[in-house]
Amino acid sequence: MINDAEENNPETEIYQELHDAPSKSRLRLSLIGKICVGIVIFWIIIALFGTYLAPYDEAHFIEEDLLGNEFDDPSFMSPSKQVLLGTDYIGRDVLSRIMWGARTTIGISFVATILAYIVGIFLGVMAAVAGKWIDAILSRSIDVVLSFPSIMLGLITIAAFGSSIPMLIILSGLIYAASVFRIARALSLDIIVQDFVEVTRARGEGFLWIITKEVLPNIAMPLATDFGIRLIFIILFISSLSFLGLGVQPPISDWGSMVRENLQGLANGFSGGAIATIAPALAIASLTIAINIIIDDISAHDGGSLSGKMV
Amino acid sequence: MKSEPIFQCRDLKIEARPWGQEPIEIVKGISFDVFPGQVVALIGESGSGKTTISLAALGYTKPGLHFANGEAILLNKDMISLNYEEKRLRRGEHVAYLAQSAAATFNPALTINEQVIESALLHGEMSKETAEKRAVELYTALELPQPDKIGKLYPHQVSGGQLQRLMAAMALVEKPSLLVLDEPTTALDVTTQIEVLKAIKKVISEEKSAAIYVTHDLAVVAQIADYVVVLYDGKIMEQGSVEEIINNPKHVYTKRLMAAVRPTPKASAIEQSVSTPEFGNFTLNVKNISAGYGLASNRKPPKLVLHDISFSLNHGEVVGIIGESGCGKSTLARVIAGLLPAASGQILLNEKELHSSVKKRSLTELQSVQFIFQMADTALNPRQTIGEIIGRPLTFYHGIKGKKRDEQVKEIMQLVELPNNFINRRPGEISGGQKQRVNLARGLAAKPTLLLCDEVTSALDTIVGANVISLLKKLGKETGISFVFISHDLSTVSSFADKIVVLYAGRLVEQGTVQEILSPPFHPYTKLLINSVPELRVGWLEETLKKQGTEAGISGKVEMVDVGCPFYNRCHIKIDGLCNTILAPHTISPSGHEIACHQSDMTLLE
Repeated sequence: MINDAEENNPETEIYQELHDAPSKSRLRLSLIGKICVGIVIFWIIIALFGTYLAPYDEAHFIEEDLLGNEFDDPSFMSPSKQVLLGTDYIGRDVLSRIMWGARTTIGISFVATILAYIVGIFLGVMAAVAGKWIDAILSRSIDVVLSFPSIMLGLITIAAFGSSIPMLIILSGLIYAASVFRIARALSLDIIVQDFVEVTRARGEGFLWIITKEVLPNIAMPLATDFGIRLIFIILFISSLSFLGLGVQPPISDWGSMVRENLQGLANGFSGGAIATIAPALAIASLTIAINIIIDDISAHDGGSLSGKMV
Repeated sequence: MKSEPIFQCRDLKIEARPWGQEPIEIVKGISFDVFPGQVVALIGESGSGKTTISLAALGYTKPGLHFANGEAILLNKDMISLNYEEKRLRRGEHVAYLAQSAAATFNPALTINEQVIESALLHGEMSKETAEKRAVELYTALELPQPDKIGKLYPHQVSGGQLQRLMAAMALVEKPSLLVLDEPTTALDVTTQIEVLKAIKKVISEEKSAAIYVTHDLAVVAQIADYVVVLYDGKIMEQGSVEEIINNPKHVYTKRLMAAVRPTPKASAIEQSVSTPEFGNFTLNVKNISAGYGLASNRKPPKLVLHDISFSLNHGEVVGIIGESGCGKSTLARVIAGLLPAASGQILLNEKELHSSVKKRSLTELQSVQFIFQMADTALNPRQTIGEIIGRPLTFYHGIKGKKRDEQVKEIMQLVELPNNFINRRPGEISGGQKQRVNLARGLAAKPTLLLCDEVTSALDTIVGANVISLLKKLGKETGISFVFISHDLSTVSSFADKIVVLYAGRLVEQGTVQEILSPPFHPYTKLLINSVPELRVGWLEETLKKQGTEAGISGKVEMVDVGCPFYNRCHIKIDGLCNTILAPHTISPSGHEIACHQSDMTLLE
């Protein structure tokens, strides 16, 4: 063994510095994770194209069957070839309304999450980098917002200003910006005490450089994973508002309001309308759970370093 | 002595199996034996697989690694093939592991005793009383102060060296047959290293247990090991008794390791580099700097960590700043860089006063003083490419952009001996030594006249560190840059610096040329530092422990004092009633050699 190595390496051999462990591999998902990605992609497609694919308009009343015979009572019809998931409490096709509703629910939540992110990250990073009194003022004001239950805050605001889609987006965006602020600030505080930020300070770099080049790129990944969770919260928040009748207003369909509208159908059992309230509830559940599992999966493969940073 | 081996490693192979990729062999067929009472050193640089091999003795691999082949036989049982429960029972009882950082190993919320005896109680080996008695026995053997009381303290209440020894007690409490020590002294100051080495050596021979000692430091190996296994890239290069390896290394790689060992600082060995005032006219004057952290109500720091430091530096000169951790070396560098405004005093750059805060300095002033951080791992933004990192100072200070910038970046990369194709890599994709080169290159890109190097080699392996030092020497010659070089390692500093400033507990205790520092008269602290640098020969540890001053010096720790000489508690020539009440006066010889001590020159000459 000893001599063997020497024979292969003449005196002139230069011993290279040994390298550290190979760099981390890219994102990988487990089987369940992959299935969940499929579910999310499915819902995104429905949200984008559902209005073209849906058999009926969201406000269309099913009045007659395929042969042209008028129904006595079109509400809460059980599933058939004509209406795959039955009809709702006033006789609209449940499947079509879920497909139309995907756009409203996912669309509003998505835009609201982006709004929450822009506001939250901007303020959070600023508070962390600026420090001192700017940080104190921002953090305490955000604490005030966080101290209210979000649904209460939503109810009060909607009671004061009325409900509309832009209103819902701004409302949920701002409420959830508070929690994004917390995370962005906490992550940035971790980064700004690092040596490489100190190096840029010693170099004399300005505020903007430190924020955009040193801090933001390093908090982007954990924030991106957090985006999914925030999106779920906002979907649930808007659905809850709609369920209470304060969210998306009829006749526009939305998963949360569909659950509420058709609640009375639950009493009739599966033959008569329970599916009209269970189907949109399942839609909400499948989307949010799928996003959640994907995030857990990514965090797990990242050695838990991301999940550790989740507040 | 040559009885049955306690531990046998037989053709051990360990691989990493990354997802969906071919397995990578980390350990490539290792065989060696450990006999009772023997200390076997595994030596190699980082990445050579030494820790991975040592953990096999516990039947353990780090996550992501798998045993591919071979056996690790401990007391006639293969640790690898045992099931989890059997392994668990044998760990602690038959084999114990001592990790590198004691500070990270102890739970700060539990007392030391609770943690030391924990494994004995878990295994049901001893009753609580016997275990505690055994712990006190070990504390005594490890020469810890107040052995019957120290166990009731919490980890933060004892010093780093004591904690390291307490960890040894934790490992030894069940009288294991085999002890695995993973770089137990690497993170320590030289003086603390002696203290820990001495205790570990003593306790191993008293307990008659065998040990596997993992390190990259040959000089340490020479003191503690009986048998040495030299590793490179997961393979054994050479193995033999410690005398054979140290006195007569056969393999090229071992020779290279020996060459990289820090030379013993000796005045005569240093070629007196005559600092000729060359083309430039750069000067840095640090005058009476005091500094501390935090602000009290009077806008001054409540407690100073630097007191009245003055030194100067001319063009092309290298000033080494030396002292143990906690002496204020890094604080001084941060004050010069403007990261920590001084409480009082002045910094003059080319006779012009520098503003104490980096925010108020002009672009030229910022550009001429560059700070190189200790840990290249954290000093490089992981999201930027090497090109961006090195290029930014060029754009920021000199307005160089685009293609021209890329060209200059490549020139600088050549200067620090980095391959040009690294320009698009990120810090995560290069090795530790290469990161330190990038770190240096970024400082050089500003085209400074002064580089502040804060412990740039202490986080690196011996070989890699030696390479970085020779690079710095080359740069100093080629560019005429001046250096302030901070280190706790006297041998590194003395091989590179022209002048040395010795700091102790925030005060300057001695300064002068390298020649003056390394030859008498010595400040007792400087003498302690010189005596503590391990030498590459068997028996050095015992010799140095006999020298006067070492014993007193290694038993104390750095303490900030308000009255008297801070070194009082560790000094072997202290004058009671004088040294502990009055701060020592600074005596300056005609040549500029400055010593702060109450003792006469005659005493210090010894």
